[in-house]
Formats: sequence, C-alpha cells, structure tokens
Amino acid sequence: MIGAEFVPLSLPPLLIGVCAAIACALPGNFLLLRRQALIGDAISHVVLPGIVLAFLVTGAVSAWPMMLGAGFAAVLAVVLIETIRRVGRIEPGAAMGVVFTAMFAGGVLLLEQSDTSSVHLDVQHALYGSLESLIWLDGLGWASLLDPQALRGLPPELPRIALTLIFVSAFTALFWRPLKISTFDEGFARTLGLPTGLIGLALVIVAAIAAVAAFDAVGSIIVIAMFICPPAAARMMTNRLEAQIGWSVGFATLSAVLGYVLAGYGPLWLGYANAVSAAGMIATVSGLLLARAAGFGPCRTRAGAPVEG
Amino acid sequence: MTGSTILDALTLQLGYNASLVAVGAALLGFAAGATGSFLYLGKRALVSDAISHATLPGVGLAFIVMVTLGGDGRALPGLLAGSALSAAAGLLCVTWLTTRTRLSEDAAIGAVLSVFFGLGIVFLTIIQAMTAGRQAGLESFLLGATAGMLRSEALTIAAGGALVLALTLLLRRPMTLASFDPDFATASGLPVRRIGLAMMGLALAITVVGLKIVGLIMIVAMLIIPPVAARFWTDRVGHVVLIAGVMGGVSGYTGAALSATAPDLPTGPIIVLVAFALFVLSLLFSPGRGVLAALVRHRRHQARVHVRQGLLALAQGQPIYEHLTLRLMRRRGLIRPDGVATEAGRAQAARALLDERRWQILRADPRHEAAAARYDGLTPLETLLTRDQIAELDRTLKPEAVT
Repeated sequence: MIGAEFVPLSLPPLLIGVCAAIACALPGNFLLLRRQALIGDAISHVVLPGIVLAFLVTGAVSAWPMMLGAGFAAVLAVVLIETIRRVGRIEPGAAMGVVFTAMFAGGVLLLEQSDTSSVHLDVQHALYGSLESLIWLDGLGWASLLDPQALRGLPPELPRIALTLIFVSAFTALFWRPLKISTFDEGFARTLGLPTGLIGLALVIVAAIAAVAAFDAVGSIIVIAMFICPPAAARMMTNRLEAQIGWSVGFATLSAVLGYVLAGYGPLWLGYANAVSAAGMIATVSGLLLARAAGFGPCRTRAGAPVEG
Repeated sequence: MTGSTILDALTLQLGYNASLVAVGAALLGFAAGATGSFLYLGKRALVSDAISHATLPGVGLAFIVMVTLGGDGRALPGLLAGSALSAAAGLLCVTWLTTRTRLSEDAAIGAVLSVFFGLGIVFLTIIQAMTAGRQAGLESFLLGATAGMLRSEALTIAAGGALVLALTLLLRRPMTLASFDPDFATASGLPVRRIGLAMMGLALAITVVGLKIVGLIMIVAMLIIPPVAARFWTDRVGHVVLIAGVMGGVSGYTGAALSATAPDLPTGPIIVLVAFALFVLSLLFSPGRGVLAALVRHRRHQARVHVRQGLLALAQGQPIYEHLTLRLMRRRGLIRPDGVATEAGRAQAARALLDERRWQILRADPRHEAAAARYDGLTPLETLLTRDQIAELDRTLKPEAVT
C-alpha cells in the first residue's frame, strides 16, 4: 500500500481523519466525565440547517460561510436547549431531543424546498462526508512534502482541521487545571472561585468548533463516534485523567488509521473492486475498540463494584 | 399548493395510498406519543435515539441477504425484520454497557448510535457497489419518504400502526405504574424489569414501523416531543399519556396529509415540525407551567407588592415617587391623578397599616412562631389567625394605635 499513489491519494485523507478524530476526542473526554456525552450528537445534527441556511444566503458552496452557519446553528441549539430546560423545567436529555430533531427536520425541509440539485449538497454528504475524495493531485511522492509549489495544492480541509486540532489542544492544555477541577468536583471548583458555568460553556463551544471543523471534512458520523468512543474506551483503561487523555488520543488515531485502511484496502483484499465508506468504517473500528476495552479493560467496572469473572 | 388541496389532503381525498399512509401515521403517532410518555417519565427519552440509529445496519444487511438469496432486496417486511433485529442488538449493547461497565447511560447511547450508524453506512456503500448504479432506495430509510409508496407498503404501515397502538393500550396500566413509581410497582409484585423490557420493545416496534414514514434520524422526535409538550398541560400520568398520544396522532396525520399535497414536502420533517409547533404552543400558552402563565403570575405578584408598599406609604403620609406604583394605584382608584389619596385609598391604606402593625407584634411574640414564618409582607393576617387571636393581638396594639 505504500506505493507511489500513497502520497497523493491516501496521505491527506489519513491525516485529515486522524486530526479530526483527535480534535473531537479531546473535548469528548471532559464531556463524557460531565455526562454531557450526547452534546456531540446534538451538535452534529443541528449543523445541517446551519450549512443549508448559509448556502441559501450566499448562494454558493464555500467553506467559510458554511462553517460560520454551522457554528451559529450549534450555538443557537445550545442556547435553545438551555432555555427550554430552564423555562420549561424539562430534563436535559429530553430538551436536547426536542431541539436537535426539530432543527434537523427544519434543515431537511429547507434543503428539499430550495434548489440545491445543481450543487453537491445533500443529507447523505452531511452525514458521512467524503473523506476519500480529499486527494492531493500535486503530491507526486514523498519529496512533494518539501515542495512549496506542490504543498499549495493540498486539500484546504487539511490546514483547517490541523488548525482546529492545535486550537483544541491549546485550550485543553491552557485550561487544564480549571477544566479538571470543575469536571470532577464542581462544588470545590466554585469554592476556589472558578467560574464553573463559564468553563462549562467554553467547553461546549470548543466542542462545537471541533465538531463543525471535523464535520466539514469528514461528515457527522465520525464526529459523534469520536466524541464518545475513544474517551469511553480510554475510561475503561485507567482511573487517571492524564492517562485517559493519552489513551483516548491513541484510540482515536488507531480508529482513524485502521478504519481508513480497512475501508480503502479491505474490500480489495477480499476480492471486491469497490471501497466502502471510510467514515462508516472509522466509526465501526472505534466501536470495536470500545467493545474490547469494555470487555477486557482493567478499569471497566464502577469503583467499588465487584469484579465479575 | 392551494387551500383546497390542503383541505383535500386533510379529509383524505388524495388517493387511496396517501390516505392509508395518513391513517397509519396517525395511529403510529398516537402510539409513539403514549409510549414516549412512559420513556420520558422514566427519564430514558434518549434511549430511543440509540434504537432508531441502530436499525440502519439491519436494513442494509437484510437487503444484502435477500439479494444473495435471489429475492427482491427491497421487500419491506424483510427490511423491517432486519431493522428490528439490529435495533434489538443495539438496545442490548446499551443495557450491557450501562450495567456491566462504568459508562453512564448517555455515553452508552452515544456510542451505540454512532457505531451502529457507521456500520450501517458501510453496508449502504457495499449495496451501492452491488447494485452498480441502480438506486437501491434504502436512502429513504434515513429521512423517510412516502411518495411513490407501493400499496403493499402502505398497508404494512397502516397495519403496523394499528398493532403498536393496540399493544400500547394493552400495556398502559403496568407501564404507568412501572415508570411512575418503580419501587411501589415492585412492592405490588409487578415484574418491573419485564415491563421495562416490554416498554423498550414497544419503542422498538414504533421505530421500525415509522422508519419508512419519518426516517430513522427523526423518528425519535415522535417519541420525545409529544410527551414533553403534554407534560406542560397536566401533572397526572394518565392525562400526559393521553394528551401526548393525541398530539402525536395529530402531528402524524397532518404531516402525512400535508406532504401528500406537494412533491417537495418530505413527510418526516413535516411531522416533526408539526409536533414541534405543538410543543412551542404548549411552552408558551399552557396554564401553570407555560411561559405566558408564569409571566402573568409574575406581573400579578409585582402589582400586589407595589400596591401594598404604596398603601403603607399613603398611610404614613410619605410621598410616592415610583412610577409603576403610582400607575397601579391610579388605575385602581386609590389615588387621584395628582397623587392625593381617594376615599377608598385612605380606607385601604389604614387597613394595610393596621395589618402591618399586627404582623409586627405577632413576629415579636415567640408564641406565634409558626404563624410568623408565613410573613411575606403581602398576606393579610386575617387569612391566618382566628378573630379571637386577632382581638388579642389588638389589645397589645391599642395604646400605640391611638397615638
């Protein structure tokens, strides 16, 4: 598989997949511990109306307005969920269910009503992206990685998702202590004078940024899977947050690489001519990793629960 | 789309298939609203999200198996059976992850829904390659599509809707008990675990029947939105179930009928949006828990506080500057436009001052501790104490009141 075609055809999607997976898994760790794991699910549903609206306003499929629209929709959804939860005194899960299904329905309806048949904008694309199509035609071999002329031809998704990854990592590193304290013991964090409400909101917004950027590159299925599966699997491996983050990054990378390779080359090994969806396969692999961790991880049971044979 | 077509659609004049689908959607919506109420009351609303996403690999696998066996891959009963099986597997995974590992239920739900959905997408791409360009039509399971539905499919859906509704009605009593008060239900000897399982089975059946109409991404809305909306109107379990059922039925029926009037009105989103509109109406206008009712309550309370303070100021001869107080008192005829108290105003002010003095005495007296705790600056003392008690209070009050 490391042939001449590897650099132009497989390297960019692999890198994009890995960056997206890690960018989602990092905030996913905290969301998981805060029992807000389904925020990723909600966000990835509501970006659809956001990008459709952005398309209707600008009339073109261009990345920045669509990411802005998606980001706006994500923030709107978070605000709506919070409002409905407080005003109607409804439990958070149900409030989330009401908001994201309604917004998704609105997005589908808008999409069907508007004339988008001429452009590549459909629900399937939004759901499972097209990781395979993010190729680098100028990359003629490993030497091209040092050639500025060729580097300019990289798919624009790659620098975007790489920047997002850097941003998310920086956020996690800079606010490590407040995040950790307010996640594990909100009361203690408040007595220390930490603005816990603000920290929670910032975390959700960072998660939304990661989700929108990853969504742009790889579709929403990977986003949901990567928010939850690698952190959940990592949670089975250790009791320490530092180690959990490390494991989750490892699991995310492994899912992205293994999933991409299996999707692209697996069918060929089995004798079929067509590759299968890389996004779907990455999600599947992350699920298999989670299943293994849930079955054999050293810290898989609740603290204090008897270990069953 | 004109008014008359909408009317035609709502009165089932748009053809046999469309009518069958509308009736099926109404029955399904009623069952979904009612069953969803039990899930919502048990705080397990989002489990249905995992169930619905977990149907996709089953649909894909059933298609592949049916084609390999030489049959028609699109036969609806086969696809529905496959989806039911994989949804059940997803449900098992959620239960296993929550009971046997340290993961909380929401994480288990998210993991199962994303992984099963991803696997389903893998199967869909395999099918695309198998059918080589021919549309397998399985995409309609994602978002639902009733346009161009076969007679047999419409019949399957109508029958399925009737079946799940009948099951819901049958299981209504035990489900009410088990979801509302599981401890009491256990103590009464009900098999709570099995009832919970039946409830999930029912949610699963609704999801499977609704796949073709609403699509698997939005079917969860039919299980969540109507119960949440219904909860605004009542505090009684039975009523929540009934109202949620009616709301679900109305949205299913209206959505299916409306979408039959034009080709660019997909059924699923319309059903969801009708349900959401009912939710917004409930949020705003329901008595008791609605936003409008809360606003009215707030304004009424505010007015009471302002008038009371205004009256006390009048009685003690202090000037009132606050605009809202002035406006409220003028509107009630307590003061004249120039700010001087009217006859009624003076009378009420004296009564308010007397009441306040009585309260002061009462709160200083340890014997009245229980009554003193009710002091909020608004409640007239006459509503708390007997006439004798007040007379006794007044005896201590007398010398002061004379001055």
